[in-house]
Amino acid sequence: MMNLRRDVFQALADPTRRAILVLVASQSMTAGAIAANFDTARPTVSKHLQILTECALLRQEQSGREVHYHFNPQTMKEVADFIEPFRQMWEGRFDKLESIMKQYKPKT
Amino acid sequence: MELQTKIEALPGRQDLSITRTFDIPVGLLFKAHTEPELLSQWMGTKVLKMETTEHGSYRFETADAAGNVLFSANGTIHKVVPNQEIVRTFEMENAGFPVQLEFLEFSALDNETSQLTMQIVYRSEAVRSQVLKMPFAHGLNMAHNRLQALSEEWNNRDEKA
Repeated sequence: MMNLRRDVFQALADPTRRAILVLVASQSMTAGAIAANFDTARPTVSKHLQILTECALLRQEQSGREVHYHFNPQTMKEVADFIEPFRQMWEGRFDKLESIMKQYKPKT
Repeated sequence: MELQTKIEALPGRQDLSITRTFDIPVGLLFKAHTEPELLSQWMGTKVLKMETTEHGSYRFETADAAGNVLFSANGTIHKVVPNQEIVRTFEMENAGFPVQLEFLEFSALDNETSQLTMQIVYRSEAVRSQVLKMPFAHGLNMAHNRLQALSEEWNNRDEKA
């Protein structure tokens, strides 16, 4: 589970891979259609697609003789969930700060 | 509901930023970070020392009802610009994590609202991941302890029945 997460973070670290995700998130696409959006060489794009598929950020679907790449929101959610408890810890502190300071009367 | 506290932890980096908007003037937001009694209330820890001046230092300690220290942390203050900026270090004591560097930026959105952005720089990306996981692991522990307590309660009930 933790290994999967590290791979996800590594996969997301690359700007081209993030751009691919943004592209595919709006609609599923073939490798060729994805590659047409980048100046990068086709084999490089294929390598990125392979990495994104291995860590489940993308999933492949065969339709006829074409392979379509779909965005997998579940994996993105896992990455966000991992940060969520940390966020909630700060949210709790800041909520308290705000309510304390709203009642604060300066000593004169 | 929109999330009020936003965390940005970009992949491949060793820092993160926390942003929050407050319904209080920037002066009060800043004061909440420098007055020991106020800080102690919202952070939920005892403030043993708080010198909000350049080259000053601070120390927090949290103990349980029996006086056992559960958490302690300290740091030094590098820069203080009232109502604008605090630069400080933060280190948990006996927790095995290296010191972290924190840049707190305070800004007034208007007379009644303000914003805090806190950039935290960790020693490495791996340390950042570990620190992020702490409340996650803590949450799991809490859930585990609650389950443990519940199952003991159930067992006792069964024995009595």
